[in-house]
Amino acid sequence: MSDKKAMLECRGVSIRYRIGDFKNIGLKEWVMRRLTGNYKVVDFWADRGITFSIDKGDMLGIIGSNGAGKSTLLKAVSGIMEPTEGTIVRHGRVSALLELASGFDGDLTIKENTYLRGAMLGYTRAFLDRTFRQIISFAELDGLEDRPFRQLSSGMKSRLAFSIASLVKPDLLILDEVLAVGDGAFRQKSESKMKEIIGGGATTILVSHSIGQIRSLCNKVLWLNKGCQIAFTDDVAGVCDCYEEFLHGHSQAVYDPVSAKARISARAEAAARKAAAARQMAEDAEKIGKVRELLKAYKNLSEATGNMA
Amino acid sequence: MLKTLKTHRFLFEELVKRDFKKKYKRTILGVGWSMLMPLMMLFVMKLVFEQFFGRNMDHYTTYLFCGNLVFCWFSESTSLGMHSLYGNAAIFTKVNVPKYLFLFASSVQTLINFALTLVVFFFFCWMDGVEFTWKFLLLAYPIATMLAFNTGIGLVLSAFFVFFRDIDYLWRVFVQLLMYGSAIFYTIDGYSPRMQLAFACNPVYRHIAYFREVVLNGAVPSLETHLTLAGVALAAIIAGCYMYKRYNTEFLYYV
Repeated sequence: MSDKKAMLECRGVSIRYRIGDFKNIGLKEWVMRRLTGNYKVVDFWADRGITFSIDKGDMLGIIGSNGAGKSTLLKAVSGIMEPTEGTIVRHGRVSALLELASGFDGDLTIKENTYLRGAMLGYTRAFLDRTFRQIISFAELDGLEDRPFRQLSSGMKSRLAFSIASLVKPDLLILDEVLAVGDGAFRQKSESKMKEIIGGGATTILVSHSIGQIRSLCNKVLWLNKGCQIAFTDDVAGVCDCYEEFLHGHSQAVYDPVSAKARISARAEAAARKAAAARQMAEDAEKIGKVRELLKAYKNLSEATGNMA
Repeated sequence: MLKTLKTHRFLFEELVKRDFKKKYKRTILGVGWSMLMPLMMLFVMKLVFEQFFGRNMDHYTTYLFCGNLVFCWFSESTSLGMHSLYGNAAIFTKVNVPKYLFLFASSVQTLINFALTLVVFFFFCWMDGVEFTWKFLLLAYPIATMLAFNTGIGLVLSAFFVFFRDIDYLWRVFVQLLMYGSAIFYTIDGYSPRMQLAFACNPVYRHIAYFREVVLNGAVPSLETHLTLAGVALAAIIAGCYMYKRYNTEFLYYV
């Protein structure tokens, strides 16, 4: 595969949920409603016409407030869901870490759950045999292997989930809010592990509510709002600015590259001015210090001569 | 499909293990429980029906057991299988795995139960003074077709169950009816030819009849029987595969 080829291409992807059909009513009721003509279906589009593509080595951040369609889009990208309209073309092995802590079985032990989860992620038994100790010690669950899973605290659960999942070596890695796992110490550990995986050359899609994370890690960004695509661009800072303004209620959900650029340069100018002012102040302080020292020396000197006199 | 099955072999094994452990954990009798069910049915039926139907028959216990053995397998396999897909919704909505694996895992589990009951069945045959012949080996055939049949029905039901939760209740009623229509504790000799034809259309009854033919009569069932069993099994599997192929991407929206 050449580097130029897109790892992932989404063209006009739309995903529809159906609300209010036979989902909750059962067969008998469905037949009855069909007969009486009382059967209604409401369509709900979680995503509408999303188009983007990422190349090898890219790190795409997806931002958007709750219900923007991020998770649904990721499900489609990872192949769990089929888009209702549009196409998704994937090249290479996709691994998705979605909602890590769910899908475990409370009745099984930690060890059994580890193997089950590993199997789901496509590991081999030999691989798990080899890495089991490493997984447990990374999750800091040594000595608890044979405890029923339900006895773990929720933090421990997500720690285990993370350490199993972090062994993946995919071509395309999808991370949905997984960088925020566990308590302070583990969070640091998991973040550095994550960076290690990303640094290993995997193409990554990251969904995060932490704008700082998106800013520092991603080179492309996709902004979704209520299922619609607001922006897809490599101007990460610009989009993040617009998004933050939108979040604070200052503006509509729009991204205008020109004004974003203007805002960025304005901000850069302001920063430069600030820096200059700070430098000036430092210089002044230094001068003042020097003058003070001189004065002090002069005072000492005059006192000494006064004493002599 | 075989290729994906091969790549997911490890997951499949783990799923089977999980189902097995979950079912038998914290029970002293363990696997014994699942054998107890057909045995208790057998005991009650023998107690109640022997006076009516068993008077003119040799080996009535074995006759009963043949029926119970096959029918309990069918009933357990289909009702357990029905929940297999929905019960694993937490998995297939998060990870991209072939969905039929869950049903296959539950099929394997009920097959193991059946195998254990089969051992008890042979023991009862021996107690009942049934003559063991090489023809017993033929039983592998109806077991294979029944496994396929159960799996096919399980595929269809598990798919349906995702869409219509009340299928569970309806199916239980149907199984109850089918039980009475499968000649488990009576013989169909006294019925008119037309009624007998109706029995012949019941795949579960056909499997039971195969067992009886071999075990009680020491005979080899007809070619027509063999073909029918294979045909029924194939039809069930095709129906199941069709459901999964057709609705594979839809399940997600209904869990």
